[in-house]
Order: sequence, then C-alpha cells, then structure tokens
Amino acid sequence: MNALPGYNFAYLDEQTKRMIRRALLKAVAIPGYQVPFGSREMPLPYGWGTGGIQVTASILGQEDVLKVIDQGSDDTTNAVNIRRFFNRTAGMATTDRTEEASIIQTRHRIPEKPLNENQILVFQVPLPEPMTRLEPREAVTRKLHALADYGLMHVKLYEDIARYGHIATTYDYPVLVNGRYLMAPSPIPKFDNPKLHMSPALQLFGAGREKRVYAIPPWTRVESLDFEDHPFSIQRWQQPCALCDAEDSFLDEVVLDGGGRMFVCSDSDYCQTRQAAGHTGSENTPTEVSA
Amino acid sequence: MSAQHGDRAAAAKTPGPLSQLAGKGGGAPLLRVEGLSRKYGGRIGCSDVSFDLHAGEVLAVVGESGSGKSTLLQLLATRLALDAGSLHYQITGRGLVDLSALSEADRRWLMRTDWGYVEQNPRDGLRMNVSAGANVGERLMAVGARHYGEIRSTAKDWLQRVEMDPARLDELPTGFSGGMQQRLQIARNLVTRPRLVFMDEPTAGLDVSVQARLLDLLRELVTDLGLAAVIVTHDLAVARLLAHRILVMREGRVVETGLTDQVLDDPQHPYTQLLVSSVLQV
Ligand SMILES: Nc1ncnc2c1ncn2[C@@H]1O[C@H](COP(=O)(O)OP(=O)(O)O)[C@@H](O)[C@H]1O
Ligand SMILES: [Mg+2]
Repeated sequence: MNALPGYNFAYLDEQTKRMIRRALLKAVAIPGYQVPFGSREMPLPYGWGTGGIQVTASILGQEDVLKVIDQGSDDTTNAVNIRRFFNRTAGMATTDRTEEASIIQTRHRIPEKPLNENQILVFQVPLPEPMTRLEPREAVTRKLHALADYGLMHVKLYEDIARYGHIATTYDYPVLVNGRYLMAPSPIPKFDNPKLHMSPALQLFGAGREKRVYAIPPWTRVESLDFEDHPFSIQRWQQPCALCDAEDSFLDEVVLDGGGRMFVCSDSDYCQTRQAAGHTGSENTPTEVSA
Repeated sequence: MSAQHGDRAAAAKTPGPLSQLAGKGGGAPLLRVEGLSRKYGGRIGCSDVSFDLHAGEVLAVVGESGSGKSTLLQLLATRLALDAGSLHYQITGRGLVDLSALSEADRRWLMRTDWGYVEQNPRDGLRMNVSAGANVGERLMAVGARHYGEIRSTAKDWLQRVEMDPARLDELPTGFSGGMQQRLQIARNLVTRPRLVFMDEPTAGLDVSVQARLLDLLRELVTDLGLAAVIVTHDLAVARLLAHRILVMREGRVVETGLTDQVLDDPQHPYTQLLVSSVLQV
C-alpha cells in the first residue's frame, strides 16, 4: 500500500518469510520446543528485538493491525521504532489498543486485558534456553530436552530458596509447556506467567541472536515450576495503581519530580483506558473544592 | 529341606565385606563384563577385559599409569563407547540386561539412581556454582523429588554421614578443602542409594592424613550400604584396605586377578610381583 518503495512487504523477502513460517509451524506442532531457523541480518542490532521482528514480519498481512509494547508501554523508543519500521515497510495499521490489535509484539510484558482467539502475541526473546546458566553446553541442554530431564531447573530453584528463603526468580520464570518441554517465557515478570496458561491467543517466541523460535498454541497447559512446600506465586502490591486505582495489574515504581514515588500500571493502554472510563487513583484525584 | 532354608537365609543377608565368598559360587552377578576392548586410534586403551562383579563386592583395578584403568572404568560406566565386548547389568525386576540395548533414557535413569561415579578430581563431579545442599539434592530432584524441606533434610543427613559439618549445607563447594569436596562428591552419589559405584583414584591428590580418614569412611559406607564398587587406584594400600578382589592391568590387559590378599601376598605374574615389591621397598 503506502509501504516504502524498494522494499519487500514487511522488509523480509518472501522466501525468508516462508522459511520462518515453516519453523513456526513446527514450533506450534511441538509446544515449547525450540526450533532453529536461519535468522537474517536486520537493520537493527541483536538485543533490540530482531527475533520478534522476524517472526512478526513473517506472519504479517496487509489486513493486520499491529501493536508494539516494550515494558508494557507503547511509547518507549524501542516500541516506537519497531512500530514505525513496520509502518514504513508494510504500510499496515498500528494501534495502542490491545483489543484492536491482531498482532502484538512485546518485550517484557503480556497485556493486562485478556486476549482472544483472533490475536497473536509475539515475544522478543534474548535467551531462549532456560538451563543455560547451569549448563552452558548446548549439546547437553538439547539432550536434556530430548529426555525431558529437567531436574537441573529445580536445582536452580532449590538454590534460590537456600539463598534467599524463597524462589527469588521474578522474571523469565521457567515453565513446563503441555507437560513436556521446559521453556523460558522471555523476561516477562512471573506476574504474567498465569496468562500464558490456556491462553486463547497464539503465542510465538523469537530469539534473533540464538536463531530459535518456539510457540505456545492456543489453549495449551503452561505450568510454572515450583516445590510442593514453596508453591509458585505472583507479585503483589500494597496499594493499587496511583493513576487508575487498578488492583489487578502489574505496577512499576515511578520516581516523581518532587522526590516522592508512586506505583502505576506498567501496561499504559490498560491504565489509560481505565482513566478514560473515570477511574482515578491517589495521584490524580481531582483537587477538592474545599482544599 | 533344612539345608535349602539355610541357603536362602544366607542369600537374603545384606551383602557384607565377606559376601563375595558366598556370591562367587552361585547366583547371577550384578555386572557381567565380557571381552571389553577400546582403542584410541592405533593405541590400545584396554583390551579383552572380562569379569563378574557380585552385589556388595568391591573390585580394585590396579596398575601403573597408562595401563588402561581409567579407560576400563569409563567403559564400565558406559561413558565411553566400546570397540568390542559386552556389559550386562542386573536391573531390579528385569534380570541381567545388555546395557547396549538400553534406551538412552533408561541408561541415564540407571546412572543416576542405581549407579554412582566418583571422579578423581571432585571439581569434575560437583557443581561448583551451587551449594553443598543443591549438589547432594540434584539426583533427588532429577528423579522427581519436589519437596524442598525433604530434599534439604536428606542432604543434611548425607553431609553428616560423610562426616561433614551440616551447618555448611548452604555453602558453595569452592570454599571446601579437597578432602571435603571429595566427601561431598561421595554424598552426592550415594543419596539415591545406588547398588554400584565407580571410583577413579578417589583419594589421590589428597594429603596423606586426609587420605587415611577418607579411606576409613569409604570402607564404612561400602560395608554399611552393601555397595558393589569398582575402584581404580595405583596405590596397592588402597586396594588392600577396600577391595575384596583385585584386577592387575598392564598395557591395557588384565595380567592377574584374584582375592586381594592372595594376589598381594602371593603374586603370580612377574609384573604383579614387581608392583608388590616396589611397594615393600618404600
Ligand atoms: N582420550 C585419549 N586419547 C588417546 N589416548 C588415550 C586417551 N585416554 C587414554 N589414552 C591412552 O590409553 C592408554 C590407557 O590410558 P588410561 O586408561 O588413562 O590409563 P590409566 O588410567 O591406567 O593411567 C594410555 O596409553 C593413554 O595414553
Ligand atoms: Mg587414570
């Protein structure tokens, strides 16, 4: 449509997209299994979402509506750049609204608003292998996956409890997909892990530097690893969002100009939608007449 | 009838240090080794080694450096591929099983439940970046233990069994002495109550006094747990202290084998005679 001339639709050539789609089909067929793919050079460095971008580029159609978030926000430099990249190379519509998007590319968060069957969530993954820290040899971790031999991951959680008294892993918290494959959910907070479970949306994961894609098909069981006497639990806050009063969302601590601090939703669309609907928090309650 | 009864009672007894005398005569072996051979390019690693090992029996493999002891041990533990020969192991409920016919998953299960492998250098057998407790608990978690408190208390018990201070449960092994690291490696292997343990020079590289205490501990554990073991050592004193039987290797071949005391007190092969006399000169 109004994509930049000289570039193929969504930047990647059709053959590359087909290759990535084949890898994605395999990934969907074997939930949680890391499928190698021929990662291409992208016009941005590794660590800036090259894996996610290649996945998005391969599944994107002209009718799609794209939302891009980084740390839950549509407005960070990285999110803005990726959105603009697709705007220029594919010319398709973009949105900030979770419910309007057909594809959501994300780094660090899953939107608070429940997703539906018509949506695809694309995660940017820096480190696809959850066991790397304890077992750096890839040949070994591959064998451990093949044999579903995941005791090592519990060694890591054991060590957390021995050291800190509780499982201190709060991001990229390891999960078992469909009762079979151990998977790194990318650096989302463990707060978002329950949203991975039985999600109606297709969830795709792309790691550019490591050249791996993996997937959670819709309605797939996803369990967070834990111990019987130290069950998995998500983060909780003492107070609701200071801007929209939400009690069910992931909060970021924000330092105020005056030196104070407040806790606000990390999902900016969720927060703004609530504010627009009239919810107010402690920081933006309209000044009272008597004051 | 009464004789039969007596036999059965003897067989049911926990295998002790002298049980090889009972075991040798009858009953299926725990491990049957036939014609094991392995070359490294043109060089012989080990050649045509055969023996039976019974439950509760300790076999020492002795010989000078380069005689093929470590090669043999790695072949036995299925860590190294065979060029020729076969290994059969008595799997509970399945009888004597050809290990080459076992699936990778079954083989790994066996290695981490029913077998142990104690490396000469404890750093090769430990995870140096996790605590002593996690090192001991790893096998339990690998076979499905999911209760932190129970894993921890089992690990603690095992530290005590190998005469380590249980207060060091949460410390990294990097801070332990060589002797302590070796004790930890032993605990980590024994936590699943294996029936067969392979050890490669378990006391070499330690101070003499530390060695002596570790040998005492090993002897106690082997006896108490009724462990079968294959211990590689170049030190005949270690063999004398721990082993029921001895296998003397030279240039990859077995030159003499028999009960430890017989072989050491009355060596038949000139090479064994040389080994024994060189110890006596010290
Ligand atoms: N990985 C290897 N590659 C080549 N040759 C080897 C290797 N390991 C051992 N050897 C050779 O095989 C023979 C037996 O070695 P080894 O089993 O280590 O003996 P030991 O443990 O009795 O010292 C030696 O000649 C040794 O040099
Ligand atoms: Mg050796």
